Amino acid sequence: MSDEYNQQNTPLEAQSSETMSGSSGTPSKDIDYVRPAEIPEQDLYHGHSFITKWVFCQDAKIIGVQYFLTAVFTGVVGLILSWLMRLQLGYPELVPFITAEHYYQFVTMHGMIMVVYFLTALFLGGFGNYLIPLMVGARDMVFPYVNMISFWMFFIAVCVLMASFFVPGGPTGAGWTLYPPQAILPGTPGANMGIILMLISLSLFVIGFTMGGLNYIITILQARTRGMTLMRMPLTIWGIFTATALAMLAFPALLVSCIMMTLDKLLETSFFMPSILQAGEVLSYEGGSPVLFQHLFWFFGHPEVYIVALPAFGIVSDLISVHARKNIFGYRMMVWAIVGIGGLSFFVWAHHMYVSGMNPWFGFFFATTTLIIAVPTALKVYNWIITLFKANIRMNTVMLFCLGFIVTFVNGGITGIFLGNVAVDIPLSDTYFVIAHFHMVMGIAPLMVIMGAVYHWFPLVTGRMLSEKLGKWHFWFTFLGAYSIYFPMHYLGFIGVPRRYFEMYDSPYVTSAVGMNEFITLAALIVGFSQLIFIYNIVTSLKIGKPAGKNPWKANSLEWLTPDVPPTHGNWGEKLPVIYRWPYDFNVPGAKEDYITQTTPPSEVINAEVEKT
Amino acid sequence: MDDTINLTFWIGGGVFILVCLFMVYCILKFSYKEGRKVEYKPEDHKLEKILTIATTVGVIALLAPGLIVYNNYINTPKNALQVEVNAWQWGWQYRLPGEDGILGTAQVAKITDDNPFGMNLDDPNGKDDILIQDDVLHLKTDRPVKILLRSLDVLHNYYVPQFRAKMDAIPGIISYYWFEPNKIGEYEVLCAEYCGVGHYAMRAKVIVENEDNYENWIKEQETFSDLIAKQENNKLKTTLVAQNND
Repeated sequence: MSDEYNQQNTPLEAQSSETMSGSSGTPSKDIDYVRPAEIPEQDLYHGHSFITKWVFCQDAKIIGVQYFLTAVFTGVVGLILSWLMRLQLGYPELVPFITAEHYYQFVTMHGMIMVVYFLTALFLGGFGNYLIPLMVGARDMVFPYVNMISFWMFFIAVCVLMASFFVPGGPTGAGWTLYPPQAILPGTPGANMGIILMLISLSLFVIGFTMGGLNYIITILQARTRGMTLMRMPLTIWGIFTATALAMLAFPALLVSCIMMTLDKLLETSFFMPSILQAGEVLSYEGGSPVLFQHLFWFFGHPEVYIVALPAFGIVSDLISVHARKNIFGYRMMVWAIVGIGGLSFFVWAHHMYVSGMNPWFGFFFATTTLIIAVPTALKVYNWIITLFKANIRMNTVMLFCLGFIVTFVNGGITGIFLGNVAVDIPLSDTYFVIAHFHMVMGIAPLMVIMGAVYHWFPLVTGRMLSEKLGKWHFWFTFLGAYSIYFPMHYLGFIGVPRRYFEMYDSPYVTSAVGMNEFITLAALIVGFSQLIFIYNIVTSLKIGKPAGKNPWKANSLEWLTPDVPPTHGNWGEKLPVIYRWPYDFNVPGAKEDYITQTTPPSEVINAEVEKT
Repeated sequence: MDDTINLTFWIGGGVFILVCLFMVYCILKFSYKEGRKVEYKPEDHKLEKILTIATTVGVIALLAPGLIVYNNYINTPKNALQVEVNAWQWGWQYRLPGEDGILGTAQVAKITDDNPFGMNLDDPNGKDDILIQDDVLHLKTDRPVKILLRSLDVLHNYYVPQFRAKMDAIPGIISYYWFEPNKIGEYEVLCAEYCGVGHYAMRAKVIVENEDNYENWIKEQETFSDLIAKQENNKLKTTLVAQNND
């Protein structure tokens, strides 16, 4: 076996760009920094017609944009639903068509859309597809055809989900957690077609996502260019890689629970259904366990939080490093923290179930594991802010969004310590405190990263810069507005206002909540409308934005170093790039420029005192 | 429980403010200037170690008291009064153990119009159980209460914000929690687990009162044997009426 391998290897090595490059330095020394190529280059499918180029496209970059736009469309639907909810909560009876049924349908669809169809698809499908091949130096994903199918499965899943708005009974109103028995019983809106379409849509999403996820993992593991060792990958890739690995392990739990619940609904099996009295009749179900569903759901649901958070962690590390002109502090610790958080995230699921009626002794175990996760997470925060120390910080829109992310994430992380610690959680669970917590930590914080990332990579994707002036307005509206929405909710939670209440009536102890609810609703409307600044900025900059040129941010990582900007199909022209260093060599003592790209061989920057990575 | 919240609030709030202040300092001190000298130090093992240990200590300081409080929360005191809460879409009813201090067994499948709690007719412990087909519950001050939760259909949660405690009611399982009311007054009960369209309207009332008032209230309530007797009486009456009509 090993002999064969060597025979294959030799001719490839002879072709490598290293020995052929005519650099004047000492190639024999540079070779220490890269290992020879191990696999031959792949052949790409080149589309010729409009349909194969832009619709059923196999280029990961275009698939990434397709994912991005579809996810943003669902996000806009989710945003409008949240407005309708807020109108009801702030000004009950102002909008006469919002009944309790509708309110619960909005709550459910808003939650499911934002978590799964918006954030997950946007980070992994959108950023993952666009950035993975470019950042690891591959020509495309390893299975471009499967990658195309992955997007179209996602697209069908979104269509099925949207169709549920138009079926009799409307979409399901079971809450995004879809807890049985209530989800499939008539007391809940959309308990027939609505819930069935939701379960089908989720199943399609998981199937499509598995195809994409395998592609991301295998591309990162197998198709990295020469010299791109795992420990030279940008943290963006580490975040996406770990998140995808989590998704591959967590989504099956969602799929089986969807299938079982579909069977409970259609064939009256009793996976999750015990004996139940409905309208004076005992139903045919017997012996199932509603708590089992919760275990399965949160075994998926908690890693899902990190499926959204880890890519955000990775991306924000890269953005901070580039715009602070300083290496990310403690890169290796950052990598291990991402992997460690990912691994631990499979052992904390039942902290969502402290008051679910599971055996109370579980509380000790899950409180402990949950607070252990706080340690690597806190270390990541320290490393971000230490990166800012003695740096050279460009205060542009991208950096503002990164700083906004840190503030929001620290806030959400600390409220997480409240909720993870079982004794503190009991009074706060199922109140507005929980809503404030998870919107801060996995809503606003990742959104800040997405927006920062759009300002950062827009020049790469389109070749034009976004307007800085509009960008700053967009940031301040979004950041201050989001705080106005969620900060008061912590207080509502402390006084005990329960979540998922269509109306509070005149509960004696929540009179102080009325004015606050009106304020929150106004803030939500303003934040939503201020996103029009962002859309306007994108649309106009496509036409009249300043041309970006090559590498406008003076970044080191590979995606900015393609021969064409924006990168074309196949990414790298004739030869794949060769990597000599990590992507964080900013302001290295002795170097002429304040950055050294990953493709710069050591012989070209002889005086730089680089720590070998 | 409030103490652990306050502890977390002050430690967490302190960390939040420190992080924000540090960021503001960095932004003011190190904003972009051409040719600024930037530190190049990829790693600092000593600093990383200090931060890891400090964070771990902080987390333990928050977790340990939390676990002690939780241990008290799940171990019910021996002198606790038992109250069974029955939840359904969308309302509440209660059952108290009666003089023997033991609740009789009950099942959802046995529920009929004549037997609204699904009581097991063969269980002698159930005969003296006090059945309250109303959503107002009275409790004694300064006496721990163990709430046993049963649901007839979907998940519910018996939650009085002022008592801090809560727990889901699950069909097919009996869950529990306890608390000790110590302030006389009326409290609103809210359902804290989403249970369908009527969730927001699923309210009830708890009245905490002194021993005398409580005993008076208990005496007025009906036991399971009273209920059976009443029903047989009614049946007898209807048959008599029917016979008279003939």
